[in-house]
Amino acid sequence: MVQIYMDHAATTRPDPEVVNAMLPFYHEFFGNASSLHSFGQEAAQALVSSRKTLADFIGAEPEEIIFTSGGTESDNLALKGIAYLKRNKGKHIITSVIEHPAILNTCKYLGDLGYGITFVPVDNQGLVDPVDVEDAIIDDTILISIMHSNNEIGTIQPIKEISTIARKHGVLVHTDAVQSVGKMPVNVNDLGVDLLSISAHKIYGPKGVGALYVRKGTRLQGLSQGGSHEMSKRAGTENIPGIVGMAKAAELAKQRLEGDTKYLENLRDTMIKKILDSIPESYLNGHPTKRLCNNVHVRFSYVEGESLLMMLDMKGVAVSTGSACSSKSLDPSHVLAALGIIPEEIHGNLRITLGRENTMDEVDYVVEKLIDIVKKLRAMSPIVPKN
Amino acid sequence: MYSEKVMDHFSNPRNVGEIEDADGVGEVGNPVCGDMMTIYIKVEDGKLTDIKFKTFGCGAAIATSSMITEMAMGMTIEEALDITRDSVADALDGLPPVKLHCSNLAADGLHAAIEDYLNKKEAGN
Repeated sequence: MVQIYMDHAATTRPDPEVVNAMLPFYHEFFGNASSLHSFGQEAAQALVSSRKTLADFIGAEPEEIIFTSGGTESDNLALKGIAYLKRNKGKHIITSVIEHPAILNTCKYLGDLGYGITFVPVDNQGLVDPVDVEDAIIDDTILISIMHSNNEIGTIQPIKEISTIARKHGVLVHTDAVQSVGKMPVNVNDLGVDLLSISAHKIYGPKGVGALYVRKGTRLQGLSQGGSHEMSKRAGTENIPGIVGMAKAAELAKQRLEGDTKYLENLRDTMIKKILDSIPESYLNGHPTKRLCNNVHVRFSYVEGESLLMMLDMKGVAVSTGSACSSKSLDPSHVLAALGIIPEEIHGNLRITLGRENTMDEVDYVVEKLIDIVKKLRAMSPIVPKN
Repeated sequence: MYSEKVMDHFSNPRNVGEIEDADGVGEVGNPVCGDMMTIYIKVEDGKLTDIKFKTFGCGAAIATSSMITEMAMGMTIEEALDITRDSVADALDGLPPVKLHCSNLAADGLHAAIEDYLNKKEAGN
């Protein structure tokens, strides 16, 4: 049976080198990094070197990295950690309407606590306008959090411009870079951000580990009270195997970045062209060029996304959709809604996210199956116009 | 997530299509909400002699459409009106809770087609 995984925005298969790097930290070097004996010191050493590797990967200093349990925790720590500490200075946060739920719902939570939240809009390709961000800044603004690239449509935001504006107004900037890290150069100084979230499992690393970059001199309040781990910003015994795995994944991503990006862009562009050329009334969602190298997000009139996904799954192809029927809430994707896609068309979308191990033959196979499936579903659809 | 029966009806849906000279047509749902179903029936001597459907929607919507056409085929009008939302879901060995509204759609679609037939019949008399 064919098995083609094209859902790399959801998660990636851990690289065998990553798993191999982690295993000794389960079997042999199991010590607690806080312990003074040799077992502990082996773990502590691994923590130090992993922190350095990850810092190097994003152009940061080791002491600017806080290891967390993943992207969601990093986002929570950034937003709440700044909001709690700066509440006497101001209580206004700016974010965008297409953020990941880890940001959106944290902002809503802070909103319930009495913070003011401004959600800036995006254009029909998913881009935030830095002018809108600047216009939203008030005296009370303490933080701007805009994602580096969108997890659904892959649109890459002008973070550098936003950071420049923020700096001018003395406002901190956080970016959720969970999707962009490993798929484009991510350097905290080029971006000019104060805080940046990363997740390991999106870059062929293990699940359950991530990091938050916090620029030197930026104070934030930890969210759980406990020991003095992670510069007292994140209490709890460190997940050493996970952290070692994340560092290995970052090291590989750094080595492979240029090659991977070129390879994936070629697969992406070929796939988009083939789909749009061979399936009538198919459209690309998101930005044509300011988009992640591995993101193909398309929609097809008159069909529904979950049906598309399931039929592809029966052909051995794993993808994702933002259709309402695929969500537990039965609401269509807030990202697609924000693009202004007409409601009748919002359901028939597919997110295909490519990865290192995908090949051009796989792209051809998936497009071929997709042509048949869209045809089959349209033959069944009562909303296809007659004639 | 879905039972084998749901997957069977989804991948090989029965009675897909339209009936040109249908005696009753039921149209329910709305493409804006993500699912819409049209059911066509032929009636002879008070019995459903042919049923076809067209559905825009998720796997569960397609499977319930297919299932209800199979269940109702050959039934009398009265029997078909007795098919409930629950009986379609039961015939498919259940649906995930979030998808139960799809079985509502199928039952409502069939009942709407029968109502259309009865209204036309009454208007004709």
